[in-house]
Amino acid sequence: MLKTRSMLFSEKCLKVQDLACLRGGRMVFARLGFDLGPGEYLHLAGSNGSGKSTLLRVLAGLLPAYSGSVCYGYHNIAGAEAAREGAMIYSGHQHGLKPVLSLRENCSHLVQLMTGEKLADAVLESAATALGLVDLVDMPVRFFSSGQTHRAALLRFLLIDRPLWLMDEPTVGLDDDNRARLETVMRAHIDRGGMIIAASHDPIRLTGKKLNMADYRAGSEHLEHWL
Amino acid sequence: MKGKPVNSVAIFRGIAARDIRLAWSQGGTGTMALSFFLIAVSLFPFGVGPEPQTLARIAPGVIWVVALLACLLSLDRLFQADYEDGSLDDLALSPLGLMGVASAKTVAHWVATVMPLILAAPFLGLLLKLPTVGYSYLVVSLVIGTPALSLLGAIGAALTVSIRRGGVLMSLLVLPLYIPTLIFGVGAIDAAVHAADPLPHLALLGAVSLVALVMAPLATAYALRLALE
Repeated sequence: MLKTRSMLFSEKCLKVQDLACLRGGRMVFARLGFDLGPGEYLHLAGSNGSGKSTLLRVLAGLLPAYSGSVCYGYHNIAGAEAAREGAMIYSGHQHGLKPVLSLRENCSHLVQLMTGEKLADAVLESAATALGLVDLVDMPVRFFSSGQTHRAALLRFLLIDRPLWLMDEPTVGLDDDNRARLETVMRAHIDRGGMIIAASHDPIRLTGKKLNMADYRAGSEHLEHWL
Repeated sequence: MKGKPVNSVAIFRGIAARDIRLAWSQGGTGTMALSFFLIAVSLFPFGVGPEPQTLARIAPGVIWVVALLACLLSLDRLFQADYEDGSLDDLALSPLGLMGVASAKTVAHWVATVMPLILAAPFLGLLLKLPTVGYSYLVVSLVIGTPALSLLGAIGAALTVSIRRGGVLMSLLVLPLYIPTLIFGVGAIDAAVHAADPLPHLALLGAVSLVALVMAPLATAYALRLALE
């Protein structure tokens, strides 16, 4: 019954068609579509408020889509709780860490929440090493600097094994060394056949597709949906 | 499509354990609710005077009302802490589903915050000169009735999760729903003290809790879903 990593990271691809999202009476984006296959990277570009975060939340299943479909494999997962299918990990603007708990406790709670399994020490150690957090593992998160907190939030991508990574501003607040570490981690995931969608203002040195949110701005024809 | 089947029980237990741990760590609600309960009840002898007859007469009502308020006091952080630091997003994406998450968090609230109140209640009964026959029914009525407080309160907490200082609004939403529990809870103790049959009260109290058990996780999950949008 156990699926190995190579089977989980099979040829399933993400196919987004004609996606639109309505927020607060405003159509944030419309007619948005892209394909993403195994081992591909998609960079979401766009100005503030152009809907990058909204798109990531729709893909994660946290927000309902107004129209359109998000297919992973053959299943439409738009508006569904996609992570329940074991497809993706999402990291948003907020870090989701409890300040009074140590990083180790935070991580093991997250892993148990997402998979129901215990977090192996070896996994945590290699993940913390990859992001340079090894010395901080047993320290309460409230003593972390903002860059350290941000890296601690990014640890989840290494702790939970899922093919699709949805990263909202992964590089914000990271210095050059840590950005290089993050890029190494992301590149390794791509090389393994994983998929990454990242919204960022900073250039991330990964080759891949680019989607400019400005191309999908909804026109005024959608304004009648107000009220 | 499904990966390997997930162990829902382990996830449920994990969420509950995390919340119990957080409730009793620094800044948690467990200590706060318990101290409020102890202090607020011990104010009554100062307020209404130390006559044993008066205190004995009002003891069941005072203990129940203050337990209810202590419970309410701790409920507004039930989902708000997770909403503020972003863990609610993670909870919503758990394979357990939001309804399971809401149930797990409610169970944790009852265990971490309400159970200590129940354990402290007999001592406060002593302070208020509750007649001896009332003690067992005080504890039994609290055990049967308080799950409804956690469950119904969770709905209010989920509805007001995105509102800053939503505690007052939550009280307005939730307190009317607490009235049946309060009536039958106090009724059971009073019946026992006055040598009447407390069983009908306890049965109705249990009925309220069971109805809440069925409805509340569903309503809470939908309210949380709205808050995430």
